[in-house]
Amino acid sequence: MSALLRMEGVAANYGAVQALLDVSIHVDQGEIVTLIGANGAGKSTLLMTLCGDPRARAGSIAFDGEDITTLPTHAIMRRGIAQAPEGRRVFPRMTVRENLMMGAEALGQPGDELPRVLALFPRLEERIAQRAGTLSGGEQQMLAIGRALMSKPRLLLLDEPSLGLAPLVVKQIFGAIRRLNAEAGVTVLLVEQNANLALRLAHRGYVLVNGRITMAGSGAELLAREEIRDAYLGGGAH
Amino acid sequence: MTPVAAVRDAGLAALVAFGLFAPLVGLRTDVVEGGLALRGRWDDVAWLVLLAFVGRLALLLLAGRRLPRLTLPAPLARAGQYAAPFFLGLALLLPWLPFIERYELDLGILVLTYVMLGWGLNIVVGLAGLLDLGYVAFYAVGAYSYALLSLTYGLSFWVCLPLAGILAAFAGVLLGFPVLRLRGDYLAIVTLAFGEIIRVVLTNWTELTGGPNGLSGIPRPGLFGLSFTSEEGGFADFFGLDYDPVHRVIFLYYLILGLALLTNWVTLRLRRQPLGRAWEALREDEIACRALGINVTVTKLTAFAIGAMFAGFAGSFFATRQAFVSPESFTFIESAIILAIVVLGGMGSQLGVAVAALLLIGGTELFRDLAEWRMLIFGAAMVVIMVVRPRGLVGTRTPSIALGEKRAIGGTYVSEGH
Repeated sequence: MSALLRMEGVAANYGAVQALLDVSIHVDQGEIVTLIGANGAGKSTLLMTLCGDPRARAGSIAFDGEDITTLPTHAIMRRGIAQAPEGRRVFPRMTVRENLMMGAEALGQPGDELPRVLALFPRLEERIAQRAGTLSGGEQQMLAIGRALMSKPRLLLLDEPSLGLAPLVVKQIFGAIRRLNAEAGVTVLLVEQNANLALRLAHRGYVLVNGRITMAGSGAELLAREEIRDAYLGGGAH
Repeated sequence: MTPVAAVRDAGLAALVAFGLFAPLVGLRTDVVEGGLALRGRWDDVAWLVLLAFVGRLALLLLAGRRLPRLTLPAPLARAGQYAAPFFLGLALLLPWLPFIERYELDLGILVLTYVMLGWGLNIVVGLAGLLDLGYVAFYAVGAYSYALLSLTYGLSFWVCLPLAGILAAFAGVLLGFPVLRLRGDYLAIVTLAFGEIIRVVLTNWTELTGGPNGLSGIPRPGLFGLSFTSEEGGFADFFGLDYDPVHRVIFLYYLILGLALLTNWVTLRLRRQPLGRAWEALREDEIACRALGINVTVTKLTAFAIGAMFAGFAGSFFATRQAFVSPESFTFIESAIILAIVVLGGMGSQLGVAVAALLLIGGTELFRDLAEWRMLIFGAAMVVIMVVRPRGLVGTRTPSIALGEKRAIGGTYVSEGH
């Protein structure tokens, strides 16, 4: 199977700091791939670089066989990539419905994904006319993912969807991601600090340390590695 | 704070006040024959010191008690939905009301000009969230565009109006480009500078703009080729009316009313379009906008351009009404007043902006007799409004898409400022 996304030798700066050095990863069609790493390892920068902001200083990024390294951000997003950004970033004064519509309209699409998104997150339907800023953290995360799905992306980028959420809510969100992948066939690149959950969910994983990929393998493989257990899973206590 | 400590603190304040006021107020030199005479005004000093003492004491004892936030009682809030049709009806009928004379009509034209400017700036500040302190620059571009086009090429008002709008929109894009990466305070400073640059250019480019003397003799607009003069073939003659200079004023009144309503209509339409929602999304969270693939550059530039275009229309109207433009009309205080109208009205609220314009422009006109107290009242009114209604007069936001009935989003959920 050919790779849907391929990053080859990518380097990027975040401000004056070099955040990514020679990163090569690929995501195949239909996979859930997770990227784990400590705070400041460059996980979010990797997602942002993929979206062209900041731009890669070296290396190449290809989506579905097309080189997107130098495309502007909005052009990249138009090719079938969508992101639920770190910290959710819903539009607080706009209603849930308006937030969802923004996900489609921004790309000039009619928003006919709405019923599917609401079916995936029934909670959003209950809150459809409510201002997004009044939602709970978990609901906001659902909204952020739902908003990203409105453009019918082929690749969904999720930046720390478990951030600041209660374990039960995290479980719900991860369940939704699994269903999205299994039922709708959406390819997912998931950045997470919660390595245990992420590796259990993902088909494959990469470990990012100080801007470099240090390990790669299937989720189960990585979960079994001692270095991973020590560094990211609190000695395997989970 | 205990009363004793408060009294001690207030006493200290009174002492400082005495130190200040004794030389400043207490000693006065009067011109007398052969020189100056020193005169003491110790009773005034005593009053001022007492005022400082009591004021400080009151402040300390009342500190911590918050002023009440004014929320409208339910019946009044329900009446609020009829406010817009009421004001519209009033505006349409104004020239025909019995007590309306020329002065009131002129005042109406002035208020409507500011309503239009407020609505135009509302696109930039209220919807797109881009703080613009130099909005008057586009007003100036519109005014000078009309003045120069009509004086140089003899083009009519109706031809110049769209041209002035386009030129002002172009100026908006020109400002937009360098400030694309700026937000909040930084953006405000650059737009402030832009406004001043335009004014300074207008003042110094004497060959083109006439410099500080301005441009005069700007042609008046006609109605479908009918001019508002006493000559044969004029408006009055054509309709068989007796010539009355008020005809022109009524015409100008309806012209600005039409332009203002056009601004309002376009804004309301755009808010329901993807572009308008992109503006609002941009105000809420720029990074999220980028993540969704919104072209932030285009979104910002269109906000600047469309906001500027309406200022350009208003500028042409201003030029044709005054028949004279000079840089003096486009100082920073104008930008500040327009911004105050938007903020006091409630950012993003069309009705609020109109009410605020009526209060600020009409209100200051009412207090004209009070001369120098006028600006003091103006300032105090702004402070009071912001204390009791921190999100502006109309702080609610109506969702642009909804299922079934629309519910306004309560003012408490609308953030203060940005």
